[in-house]
Amino acid sequence: MGNEKSDVLHGSLALMVLRTLDTLGPQHGWGIARRIEQISGDALALNQGTLYPALLRMEQMGWISSKWGASDNNRRARFYAITRTGKKQLATEAENWERVAEILGRFLRPAAESS
Amino acid sequence: MTWLRVFWRRLAAVRRAEDLERDLDDELDFHLQMEIAENLRRGMHPDEARLAALGRFGGLSQIKETYRETRGLPMIQTCWQDIRYGFRMLGRNPGFSFLAILCLTLGIGAITSVGSWIEGILLRPFPLVAHQDRMVALTGTDANGRTDVSWPDLQDLRRNATLFDAFIAEHIGGTTLSIGDRAERTLGSVVSANYFDALGIHPILGRTFEPSEDTGHNAHPVAVISYTAWKDRYKSDPAIVGKKQRLNGIQHTIVGVMPEGFFGTFVGYGFQFWVPASMEDNFEGGGFKLENRGAQWCEGFALLKPRVAIEQAQAELSAIAGRLAADYPDTNRGRGFKLYPLWQTPFNGAGTMLPTLRISLVVACLVLLIACANVGNLLLVRAFSRRHEMTVRLSLGAGRVRLLRQLLTEGLILSIAAAGGGLLLAYWCRNLIKLLFPVSPGVMVNLPADMDLRVLALSAGVCLIATVLFALVPAMQAGKIDLAAAMKSESGGVVGGRGRTSVRSILVLVQVSLSFLLLVGTGLLLKSLRAMQDTDVGFTTQGVLGTSVDMVSAGYDGPRIRNFQDQLLSRIETFGGVESAVWARTAPFSYRSYPSAGIAVDGFVLQPGEQPVLEYNEVGPGYLATVGIPLLSGRDIAIGDDETALPVAVVNETMVRRFWRGEDPVGKRLQVKGRWLRVVGVAKDAKYASLLETAKPFFYTPLRQGPVGGQNLFIRTRLGAEKIVAALAHEVKAIDSNLAPAEVITMRDQVDRMSWSRRAAVDLLAIFCAIALLLAGIGMYGVMSYAVSQSARELALRMALGADAPQLLRMVISHGMGLTLVGVVIGGTAGLVLTRLMGNLLYKVSPRDPESFGVAFLVMMVAALSACLLPAWRAARTDPMSALRQS
Repeated sequence: MGNEKSDVLHGSLALMVLRTLDTLGPQHGWGIARRIEQISGDALALNQGTLYPALLRMEQMGWISSKWGASDNNRRARFYAITRTGKKQLATEAENWERVAEILGRFLRPAAESS
Repeated sequence: MTWLRVFWRRLAAVRRAEDLERDLDDELDFHLQMEIAENLRRGMHPDEARLAALGRFGGLSQIKETYRETRGLPMIQTCWQDIRYGFRMLGRNPGFSFLAILCLTLGIGAITSVGSWIEGILLRPFPLVAHQDRMVALTGTDANGRTDVSWPDLQDLRRNATLFDAFIAEHIGGTTLSIGDRAERTLGSVVSANYFDALGIHPILGRTFEPSEDTGHNAHPVAVISYTAWKDRYKSDPAIVGKKQRLNGIQHTIVGVMPEGFFGTFVGYGFQFWVPASMEDNFEGGGFKLENRGAQWCEGFALLKPRVAIEQAQAELSAIAGRLAADYPDTNRGRGFKLYPLWQTPFNGAGTMLPTLRISLVVACLVLLIACANVGNLLLVRAFSRRHEMTVRLSLGAGRVRLLRQLLTEGLILSIAAAGGGLLLAYWCRNLIKLLFPVSPGVMVNLPADMDLRVLALSAGVCLIATVLFALVPAMQAGKIDLAAAMKSESGGVVGGRGRTSVRSILVLVQVSLSFLLLVGTGLLLKSLRAMQDTDVGFTTQGVLGTSVDMVSAGYDGPRIRNFQDQLLSRIETFGGVESAVWARTAPFSYRSYPSAGIAVDGFVLQPGEQPVLEYNEVGPGYLATVGIPLLSGRDIAIGDDETALPVAVVNETMVRRFWRGEDPVGKRLQVKGRWLRVVGVAKDAKYASLLETAKPFFYTPLRQGPVGGQNLFIRTRLGAEKIVAALAHEVKAIDSNLAPAEVITMRDQVDRMSWSRRAAVDLLAIFCAIALLLAGIGMYGVMSYAVSQSARELALRMALGADAPQLLRMVISHGMGLTLVGVVIGGTAGLVLTRLMGNLLYKVSPRDPESFGVAFLVMMVAALSACLLPAWRAARTDPMSALRQS
């Protein structure tokens, strides 16, 4: 039941994370969460915690890598960076996403006209 | 390959779980601290900032749990937990675990061993030989049954048969090989030149035989030797090829050495040398046979073309046999050919082993069944005693699936441990069957019983299913448990009560009936063996010793042989305690067959196409008296019956009945191989080669009136073999230091050696039977002691109401005995039907022999009684007060 929804979410979440790391460079989890919230304008009512299993999965897939380092306020934090595979994945995913969005858009437009 | 990378990372994470857990805590804590700091910056109150951050984050423990599941391999980790828990549970009940594993090990070990024997002896009997799946055995047939094949017939098969890749001929032959002062009997084989090529065996040194070596009379004295012979006898001489070795009196050139592990194609024995067909007469005697269509001497094998069924091939051979009968009516009328799958090969050890192995297989299956029933029983006992544990775990919220998996894991551990044990057992036992073979010096026993993994897999599978099935019972029970009710009372049942004990009673019934069946089978075989032991062989078995001196191998010719025979006899007669001694061509009950000849009798009218061929023996003067065959009329072969005297014969009773209609034939004429002999005596019938043979016509002719030979020596003496051996060896050496006597054994031993397959069957069955009885006893004990422990309250009540200890004892025992009786009835009924399968292993014993059934019954009852005794005693000692208080 909740599965498909979270799958879509996972897919888009990964895309958002990859995009964030690609543009901003290495970030810790909180930074990524903040960025996603900023961009989505808080429209994505997402528990911040769900980000972490997603990060782990992406790291297992080899899209991102992580390293412990010091944060701005000098605390020990885990920084994530996009890898080469991750960049490739980002490119394909982004392209996919646009295509899907376009197709969906085409679907929705005539429906809007006919009503 | 992404999934592989993911898998490895997860696996790595499993091993570093503790570190990673700390990292996770740190990371999430950092996140929350950042969020709180941010909230504070927005002007929130510290408490409020903290709550908001947590709310924003979502359920911390759920997130962590999801994270952990993603990080590691939850399936494997819980499995690992199950396994560890399983081991702990099994370790907590070491007695139970030990018994269960022991039972299964015995069951799996038994059937895997037998499977390996069958695979190694019957299905793929010849190590290194290629295409054994296409190999079939070939014999001739005539009106009386199986015969060997003649060489010209074999050549016609080669020329005319289209469905075969090759025909090979072989004939077992032996020689005494002497090197230095060592003289030993050695087995070899006369083979067709294509033998090694057809079998796909390549020599490690030199060559095999060439087609031209199949022709001529003793024209090609060449030999191929086995690896063992090369290593032991010739000290691995790298320049062996081209060297000479005297075999049966003729110098042979060694042309090749076979690879290690090739022992020839005779189930049960390993051959040391091979010579080409042209040397047949040198090993077998009786004249040159390669151009004689009437002389049948080859045992054959054929290699079918791929995808040819044995029936097709048989049809083709039968057609060829028909044509041969038309072309050569004198020799081939009424003759045919017959093919056998390798495991039915009639002319080597396979045929002798077949009934034994068949019985062993059935019995091993029974043992496995009993073992499974037993383990089922043990697991069920435990299942009931663990009901409480299951209830508690369920009520504490354990998932039923998890419980199920837990129990399955325990069952799996048991099965796997037992399969390992069974494998080990089978490995030790793989060559055990060799021990059952008769041992005679110089003859190498070779039974290539390799571990059969397919059988192991099968039997382990059966055990696995059984174990898992019974391991699941507590789970099924758990499924039905009414938590509240079960928690409240864990009360016991009633001795022999229905319900939960019914499954277990059935299992005990199965065990008792199967064990009873095995007991009956063992009893029948033992009785057969005794009957055979008591069979009158028609000659003296005690007080007559047999041995042989191989003079032909030492290069003796006719006059020297006779000279030696006379010299040795006169020396033996000076031994104290020796009554008489005599030479003969063939020894009774030996592997070597008697010579045979076509005969004719004055006044005996032949049916059209009938040509009686009888077996006979050539014997020295006083043979019948020495060996102890009673003379019914006329006289024994005497000293005067030599080459200068009138040819004579002594015939047996059956021959008199058949050819002279029972009238005394003394003084009448008998034609043998075209020569007329005068019958001078009638001997009582005897067994000649086997205890099972029926009375057959047989006659004796004087050794001195036949072709030169006769290397078997019989000595009638009051002394034991051990007293004679040294003196005999000394005298033989004194006459000629190149000679040595073979093993000296009593005729009793000689007879026993020929009936070894029955003894092997008895030994095997007795072992299996003991195992089965043990298992059944364990099962019975388990059921009874469980019943007693579960009915403690009932027993206590009875006691409180005035029952005394003997009454309780009787009650428990009678319950056990009742179970046993029912089992015996079932087993007995099955036995009446099944024992008939033992067929020719039984000798002079009815498959329904009441004595065997009776004894089996008694043994079963005693075993059951002793299994019940301890639980019954415990029941009788019930202390009513404490038992009642406990429940």
